[in-house]
Amino acid sequence: MKYEAVIGLEIHAQMLTDTKIFCGCPTTFGSEPNTQTCPICAGMPGVLPVLNKKAVEFAIKTGIALNCKISDYSRFARKNYFYPDLPKNYQISQYELPICERGHIDIFIDKLPKRIGITRIHIEEDAGKNIHSIGNYSLVDLNRAGMPLMEIVTEPDISSPKEASEFMKKLRTILRYLGVCDGNMEQGSLRCDANVSIRPIGQTYFGTRTEIKNINSFRFVEKALEYEIGRQTILLEEGGSVVQETRLWDSSTGITLSMRSKEEAHDYRYFPEPDLVPLVGLSAKAEEIKKSLSELPDSKRNRFITQYNLPDNDAESLVAEKALAEWFEDAVRAGGQPKILSNWILSELLKLLNEENKSITECPIKPSQLVDMLKLIENETISGKIAKAVFEDMYRTGKNADVLVEEKGLIQIKDEGALEKIIEDILSNNPKELERLKAGEEKLIGFFVGQIMKATKGKANPQLANELLKKKL
Amino acid sequence: MRLNKLTIKELRRLLDKREITPTEILNDIYSQIDRYEDKIKSYITITKDFSYKMAEDAEDHIKNGLMSPLTGIPLAIKDNICTKGILTTCASRILYNFLPPYESTVTEKLLRQKYILVGKTNLDEFAMGSSTENSFFHTTKNPWNMQRVPGGSSGGSAAAVAADECIAALGSDTGGSIRQPASFCGVVGLKPTYGLVSRFGLIAFASSLDQIGPITKDVTDSAMMLNVIAGYDPLDSTSVPIDVPDYVSAIGRDIKGLKIGIPQEFFIEGLDIEVSNTVKEAINKLESIGAIPVDISLPHTAYAVATYYIVATSEASSNLSRYDGVKYGFRASGKDLLEMYMNSRAQGFGDEVKRRIMLGTYALSSGYYDAYYKKAQQIRTLIMQDFKMAFEKVDAIITPTSPTPAFEIGEKTTDPLQMYLSDIFTISVNLAGVPAISIPCGFTQDNLPIGLQIIGRNFDEETIFRVAYAYEQSMDFYKRRAI
Repeated sequence: MKYEAVIGLEIHAQMLTDTKIFCGCPTTFGSEPNTQTCPICAGMPGVLPVLNKKAVEFAIKTGIALNCKISDYSRFARKNYFYPDLPKNYQISQYELPICERGHIDIFIDKLPKRIGITRIHIEEDAGKNIHSIGNYSLVDLNRAGMPLMEIVTEPDISSPKEASEFMKKLRTILRYLGVCDGNMEQGSLRCDANVSIRPIGQTYFGTRTEIKNINSFRFVEKALEYEIGRQTILLEEGGSVVQETRLWDSSTGITLSMRSKEEAHDYRYFPEPDLVPLVGLSAKAEEIKKSLSELPDSKRNRFITQYNLPDNDAESLVAEKALAEWFEDAVRAGGQPKILSNWILSELLKLLNEENKSITECPIKPSQLVDMLKLIENETISGKIAKAVFEDMYRTGKNADVLVEEKGLIQIKDEGALEKIIEDILSNNPKELERLKAGEEKLIGFFVGQIMKATKGKANPQLANELLKKKL
Repeated sequence: MRLNKLTIKELRRLLDKREITPTEILNDIYSQIDRYEDKIKSYITITKDFSYKMAEDAEDHIKNGLMSPLTGIPLAIKDNICTKGILTTCASRILYNFLPPYESTVTEKLLRQKYILVGKTNLDEFAMGSSTENSFFHTTKNPWNMQRVPGGSSGGSAAAVAADECIAALGSDTGGSIRQPASFCGVVGLKPTYGLVSRFGLIAFASSLDQIGPITKDVTDSAMMLNVIAGYDPLDSTSVPIDVPDYVSAIGRDIKGLKIGIPQEFFIEGLDIEVSNTVKEAINKLESIGAIPVDISLPHTAYAVATYYIVATSEASSNLSRYDGVKYGFRASGKDLLEMYMNSRAQGFGDEVKRRIMLGTYALSSGYYDAYYKKAQQIRTLIMQDFKMAFEKVDAIITPTSPTPAFEIGEKTTDPLQMYLSDIFTISVNLAGVPAISIPCGFTQDNLPIGLQIIGRNFDEETIFRVAYAYEQSMDFYKRRAI
């Protein structure tokens, strides 16, 4: 029997607010343990939470970008469970009445669009961190306790590990566009749990699902899901059944391991948080935010396709990062040809940046510098081949193309007389090859062009060299 | 003249005329404490050295002409209100050593006025109880009769005021914890409207019901205290941003034509006959000075106790889960985390607290939530509507504060349900959020005080004070002292 996977994701995104969600502590990453705490996020007796309004704004922004319905009325709830990293032993979260509901994200799989439904987006506080394996005791670091999180839950619309990873990439792009989350899975500012089940292809019922936790890198989204789908498939094929449980992805061994069964699952005893007043008038706030929202990846992509006549793939790649799209458009404004720019950016520029693990915001070349270089190709000052070397030099030195061309004497040889002289020398120095060419071995044309380029250190205008060579034969 | 016998208003006049000093008041307070505290046990912590330092500070302030209404006035604070660097125990073993690194908003406001802290008063553990018998440390005695309880949970504060061991005090009221002990101890206790006084620094019992309020010797002092502690606090999201009036100026206006509602549901079987008669006399008295009694109905009153014990315990079960031995307070040992949790909580909490945590945990559990917590919230809404409708007809509602006068120590400790019924008249007020005061309205033949409860509209403490003061001045119960 052939099976298909049914996958739903639960994403936790740490919001880029300056302070924690219910107190004034800073949200900087990587400080000394317990230096970013106060009586409120440390859960002392008698203290009260005060909501960071920015967190609500960020959730609404995200809701709008994910095509959600923004609730006019929303409230917080307590999720009760005991754990040392949770200082109050309850987490202030949302249960009924989240801020956003019923949205979607469109992804592309083999150029075909697929719509993934968003069930809800709510906001909540993060827990701290337990630090084990020191002695026969554990330590608690509460720096992360109270960090503002957004939980984004998808519908079980995802049918393959590839779709899941495309979804995560798209979501990250959108969150970064909005400036609400830095999207760093390795540092834990974007985390993803997956609910996975399988069923025979064509069936509509849901199989027993498992929840996979601890998928802490983009690379592992696909790997973890592939492993889990494989595991479930083997179970069913061997006549066994899937047990409903929570499983932990172990990236070092590449497998998922049982963490707790359904029977061990917590009863969180959610109830409305009495220390916070409900959020009201969010629809009006959403309208206000909508006005100030800048262009989102999907509309930017569509605009790039129509306005600049770019192929889908180019547009998709360029808008993947807001700064990259901006770099591209700056170059267009500086007078570059969109498709040529797109080629150079997506191949040469990204290659150089990736080699150094740099982002486009750290790029040492300005958009106008690329455009100026492309002009040198256009007016035949340099060849396209030499241009690649020039571009790399520009990247390393930050110098302009014309300066580098001048310094290194890379201007194309367009002087017919000089070139004719070089060609004559080459022909007379290679009599055997000339004989064979004349005998009809056409491919030796390439050999002679190569010789000409070698002699001119690549500076010969390739078209001119070809013409003159043919004339001499 | 024993200065500890005077009211805030009387002391203010003498202090401002420089006839007395804060230190002189404090001397009389401490001589009273030295004489009676061994028997009454109002306090968990007495901050004598700190009190005298604060008195000097207040004196400087007065010398410099910087006095406020509470400058130099010795006050007692219930031990569930956080005072920076001063032991705050909630009368629980689990917080037996807790020194808050922050000040509650109410005491911060008192500090700005340069009040004098006498000490932290006894209560039922985590404010759960009606007699102070649930304190981990000791039971407070009723100053009118040492065999009797002072009421609870703010029994320490009420007893300290009644015994002149302080001039006034702060308590907290979740289901009657200010009004019932005020009634038992023959003093004035106000539960303000939910949201009028900041809860920041009040160690939570049931967040949607808790409210801090004053316990004083008379109505004027109550208004003076409320003037200082009321008002919006950005640290408490449930505090309400309204303009706070001058409550003292509400006092003294007559009550001619004011409609007072008498809810039939509060004069029922189980109500002590002496209490019933005394409260009826008080209503007659109010009528004789101009008020118009109106029979009203609060039809959902019968469900108040049941509703309260679901809402309050549910919230408490969550609020008290932070006491786990990990971060502060009492920690028992255990072979692993779970055992440490269980031992710490088993040994750190008393029986009543455990009972309520279990009740609340049960009510919130999956499968029971709809039948208990959700239903209770729905009834709570009906109770709110009862009051709303009643206040369309009347300006204030008059009831007994408690069905009985102070009961004997040990009388109800074996029967939690009997103890819970002690708050039957005060509980619906917390569920509705409305303000209410308890003032003395007479004494039993055994010389035990009886309290009259006056309930007002949301944020209409002024009318409550107006009625309370008019009644108080028409009688002389407030002049009688326990000791």
